[in-house]
Amino acid sequence: MRTVRVIPCLDVDEGRVVKGVRFTDLFDAGDPVELAARYDAQGADELVFLDITASSDNRRTMVDVVERTAEQVFIPFTVGGGVRAVEDARRLLRAGADKVGVNTAAVDRPQLIAELADEFGSQCVVVAIDARRRPVPEGKPLEWEVFTHGGRTSTGIDVLQWAERCAALGAGELLVTSMDRDGTRDGFDLELTRQIAGRCSVPLIASGGVGELDHLVEGAVDGAADAVLAASIFHLGEFTIADAKRHLAAAGVSVRPA
Amino acid sequence: MIAVLDYGIGNLRSAEKALQRLGADARLVDDPDVAATADGIVLPGVGSFGPCASALESSGLDRVVIDAVSRGIPFLGICVGFQLLYEGSEEDPSAAGLGVLAGAVRRLPDGVKHPQMQWNVLDVTRSQLLAGVPDPAWVYFVHSYAPERTEDTTATCDYGGPVVASAERGAVWGTQFHPEKSGAVGLGILSNFVAAVEATGA
Repeated sequence: MRTVRVIPCLDVDEGRVVKGVRFTDLFDAGDPVELAARYDAQGADELVFLDITASSDNRRTMVDVVERTAEQVFIPFTVGGGVRAVEDARRLLRAGADKVGVNTAAVDRPQLIAELADEFGSQCVVVAIDARRRPVPEGKPLEWEVFTHGGRTSTGIDVLQWAERCAALGAGELLVTSMDRDGTRDGFDLELTRQIAGRCSVPLIASGGVGELDHLVEGAVDGAADAVLAASIFHLGEFTIADAKRHLAAAGVSVRPA
Repeated sequence: MIAVLDYGIGNLRSAEKALQRLGADARLVDDPDVAATADGIVLPGVGSFGPCASALESSGLDRVVIDAVSRGIPFLGICVGFQLLYEGSEEDPSAAGLGVLAGAVRRLPDGVKHPQMQWNVLDVTRSQLLAGVPDPAWVYFVHSYAPERTEDTTATCDYGGPVVASAERGAVWGTQFHPEKSGAVGLGILSNFVAAVEATGA
């Protein structure tokens, strides 16, 4: 049985949860540990924390957040942001994280993915991919480009090729964010997730663009995602995780009931 | 004291924290002499069978496990820590398991994604460890291999066919899923283990 996971994402800046539109315009959404506990109680299947500043001071703050979360929350959680080496990952895993997310550092040095997988196992290694559509002539296949540094830096790398390479290097899961959709509330980029799912056998988390509960269903069904991630619809209190689970189940998607 | 064996692999903190949350005196232990005095032992494990087997051996904690099992000390293996109880694994045919339980660890069925990384429902046949779990009991799995079905099997989940989710023999328990990451259901399972430790230690 395949069961789709619902994952709230907590972008953390200086120890606070923030949420932006298209990677900018941040607003404060609360204490990360408090929010994590609330989402656990609502039936979240996993949590993702992204440390979006990742300065060296903030990294210590993040370890503290991870330790406090691990004392209260007994569902899996991933921590990403600022992981550049095996030792950064070890610090987060020892603090209680179950998986670490890598993005920019993996693009700069893909071997990092293999090092992390060798050291901790693939199941610990989530590669986050920030994807933006490239303009292509009408009728040509769609293309996406990998962006790094929180979406600020273009790399020229093709997303589909990069996703395959990540899986081959030992990534246990891909967290794919559409930068075109992030914060727009227009729904996931379903072509993007479907094409990656068609090429890679590792689990895929769809991210970016959720504005209503039908978008979660689309991600799981049309987007072929194994997990659906959203932030603002949950942070703003519009919908609970339980609402999302009920909606998915009513649409015929197998989920763990809240 | 419950010793959560620390043999240098990934996240051991969550098993320790979950047991502490239940009021147990749980500690990460890397010293075999200290582990040998424990009233209960938890062997976590993430990653691959071979590296975990060799890390356990070089830590010297493998002998503690064998000895504790022979003395009937309550023992819980989780994920790869569960797999290590068997004789060997298809994942790493050159590595030997502890052989506490008969049988081998096999790759998950074809036609489904590897790893299984999701919540799934337990189909429980009989189990002391899983006593009192709700029906359905949802628990969290992350694995590409699982032990084969034997007479020790106590629960399965459906993932391209029945996949072994737990086993027990005497005071030796094992779960392929992560009770420490399975929310309230998982904490309930761990509390059964803690109760067994307290009953034996008293």
